[in-house]
Amino acid sequence: MTADAPSTTSDSMARSDAPPLLEMRGITKRFPGVIANQDVSFDVRAGEVHTLLGENGAGKSTLMKIVFGLYQQDEGDVLLRGQPIDVSSPSEAIAARIGMVHQHFMLVPTLTVAENVALGIRSERGPLTDLDAVSDRIRELSNSHGLSVDPDVEVWRLSVGERQRVEILKALYRDAELLVLDEPTAVLTPQEVDDLFVILRRMTDEGRGLIFISHKLHEVMALSDRITVLRNGRVTGQTVPSETTREQLAEMMVGREVKLVPDKPAVTTGEPRLAVQNLSVQGDRGAIALHDVSLEILAGEILGVAGVSGNGQRELAEAVAGLRKPEPGASISIDGTDVSLLNTKARRDRGLSYVPEERMKDGAIAEFSVSENLLLVNHDGDDFTRSGLFDFGKIKEHCQALVNRYAVKTPSIETPTSSLSGGNIQKVIMARELTSGPAVLVASQPTRGVDIGSAEYIHEQLVAQRSNGTATLLISEDLDEVLGLSDRIAVMFEGRVVRIVDAADATREGIGLLMAGVTDSAPAG
Amino acid sequence: MKRLVGAAVPVTAALVAFFFGAIMLLAIGASPWEGLKAMVDGAFGGGDNLARTAVRATPLILVGAGITVAFRTSVVNIGGEGQIVAGALLTTVTALALPDLPAAIMLPIVLLAGIVGGAIAGAIPGALKAYASVNEILSTIMLNLVMVQLMNYLLRGPLIDPAEVASGTRNPQTERLPDGASLPILVPGTRLHLGVPIAIVAAIAVYILLWRTPLGFRLRAVGHSPDAARAAGINVKRNVTNALTIAGSLGGLAGAILVLGSEGQRMQTDGSLAGFTGSAGFNGIVAALFGGLHPIWTIPSSFLFGGLLTGATQLQRSLQVPSALAIALNGIVVVFVVSSDRVRSRLDTMMAARAEMNDSGGES
Repeated sequence: MTADAPSTTSDSMARSDAPPLLEMRGITKRFPGVIANQDVSFDVRAGEVHTLLGENGAGKSTLMKIVFGLYQQDEGDVLLRGQPIDVSSPSEAIAARIGMVHQHFMLVPTLTVAENVALGIRSERGPLTDLDAVSDRIRELSNSHGLSVDPDVEVWRLSVGERQRVEILKALYRDAELLVLDEPTAVLTPQEVDDLFVILRRMTDEGRGLIFISHKLHEVMALSDRITVLRNGRVTGQTVPSETTREQLAEMMVGREVKLVPDKPAVTTGEPRLAVQNLSVQGDRGAIALHDVSLEILAGEILGVAGVSGNGQRELAEAVAGLRKPEPGASISIDGTDVSLLNTKARRDRGLSYVPEERMKDGAIAEFSVSENLLLVNHDGDDFTRSGLFDFGKIKEHCQALVNRYAVKTPSIETPTSSLSGGNIQKVIMARELTSGPAVLVASQPTRGVDIGSAEYIHEQLVAQRSNGTATLLISEDLDEVLGLSDRIAVMFEGRVVRIVDAADATREGIGLLMAGVTDSAPAG
Repeated sequence: MKRLVGAAVPVTAALVAFFFGAIMLLAIGASPWEGLKAMVDGAFGGGDNLARTAVRATPLILVGAGITVAFRTSVVNIGGEGQIVAGALLTTVTALALPDLPAAIMLPIVLLAGIVGGAIAGAIPGALKAYASVNEILSTIMLNLVMVQLMNYLLRGPLIDPAEVASGTRNPQTERLPDGASLPILVPGTRLHLGVPIAIVAAIAVYILLWRTPLGFRLRAVGHSPDAARAAGINVKRNVTNALTIAGSLGGLAGAILVLGSEGQRMQTDGSLAGFTGSAGFNGIVAALFGGLHPIWTIPSSFLFGGLLTGATQLQRSLQVPSALAIALNGIVVVFVVSSDRVRSRLDTMMAARAEMNDSGGES
């Protein structure tokens, strides 16, 4: 492969009578016991964004891996610019000017942007590198596409949004005509998503075709020219944004009607169950990440925390959970008892439950079975042991009941947790944390990366806990979730709670301004 | 199928190791077939040899079971040697301090003393790791060096047998321990003593501890994911300390059994660690790895290595080859077994891929 970056994009692009850039006809791909794709037809024209929408496991990734040469289809044809092709490896795909931006970035952090881009490309100077030429070309591409990336900076210094732009740059550098973007917004802040969409639009204006893979409905509605919905490996709908609604899309994804915003019954709130006063906490790098935060959550109340990620939400959750030491002078009370000096276990004994932000790192143990993860918190109670040894009969009964009650889809309670889908792992964690009927629930990003059906179910459970008198601290980057579930909303910016507003008075725009730190002009709602 | 491959890989590794051993025998001009026969015969031929193998396996089982506890908690324990010595020393001191009690009273006390001694030697690096972030690999190795010096000092000085001083030979060994502190011989005429079943029971107890008790659950949780364990309210530091303490206590028990089951009924040293432990603190790691870090599988695996050790003595005697050859053979087995983990995972992925291809090919 000698992708020495032609200086102009192909002039044959964007001709209306031209065949589609990519056409997939009747693609079927089977795995042992699973049909990943069944008779899927899909095409992308030059100059458009065609979205592939579907839950995890719907077959989006398999389809794209076929395009990229990582899998071979069992049936069906792939046509590139009208010609049947048989891509059998990623390098062939790249040579055919197909690019892919992976969800998990494929970058070497210690190398510079230019070095990362040059990786895998033959240098024109034979065995010697030609990084100056690469840098110049990157600058050119960066300017013409509004990427504003400095080629000589090491990647580890870059923000997540910038790293993603490096990935896009890699594809542009190889002059990809067809670009697959696998969940590109999953790690971005709302502002970065807006910036990304501008960049993507500029790329389609040049006549490139984009495949956008996502399950975030409002982004899909905002960016797509056409939308193809997959469910269980089949196409369940093909539409355009002007002719559909988010609810209809969700229904095509899930196969039934879905409530995107849960019904909240009226609840009479009670005494404050969680009271935080003057809480300051250090972040991972030692600097103060949370400044003097005070808040109170009443029984039967959900306090939502809105804010761009990295503004102190994680530190707040961990300080309340007893995983991060507060600075002197702070107090954290559960049901009137100061717990700020107690460890996590003692706080949990006093009615705290905690759903961590990073599911697979802090929430569950991948190698443990479902039942072991369900026992992680309360394994040493008398309920599950008899003269010091586990009573597996009782444990099985308990875990099976939880799996049934929280609708966890798993072959058995002995299945390793790592083989469950994200949504089901989150349900396992929710089941574990809610079964005790907590006084205080700290839920961080409870539905991030979770399929719509599971998210709907988790929302219902949070609302049910609210009715039971739990005080919930809901931390989420999904503004729709915060607006839909909260009774009051605390907006965080640079480690401070800039304002707490009643959810009834809150609007997207008002909260958005507060999230950006604009407090003077913004009327709370 | 998968399970079959899982068992076949370490066995193949052992066979490959023996193949290399055969080449080594050929190189020094001995017959590999005679060598193998001598080894197998020396290890498993006849009750006497079997008993010797079982006795050699005993400390390996105990150290190996301790290694599984440590490794399952993601803690590395290279301190088996020092923990054995710590247990042996405390056992010896305790036995010498007590009057000659009946064995039924004496044995539990002195065995417990060994457990406590080893536990202390394990708890020190454990607590250092948990509360001061001291790398346990370094601290356990260093503690081995400390313990050998302590042993040499005590056995040459305060604990030395007065008879050795009187006769002027000054061999570094203690007085003969009281008779009540001797591990009863189970089969008359062999060296098979009570320590062997004690070790087997201890390994089974470790299995129960790890998979049937809340403590073992916490250890495994910490081993897999300290972050998730911490968020669930499990005290990670305490459990890291616990893991090395338990591993140490098993090593200490091994040390107690080495002293109480010795032919001389006393602790003695040649000045090196291996002179007392027979390198059981290291070989136990190998036995545990060969047993797939499972306490029950550590038992047969320890017998195999015990057999290798006794067989090597026979090999040396009948073929006049240096015993270093057996040690080299041992090392080769280790290299192959440890690398076989890599092979196994690659085989798994290969088989999964083939199954996938067969299935999809069959349908289309």
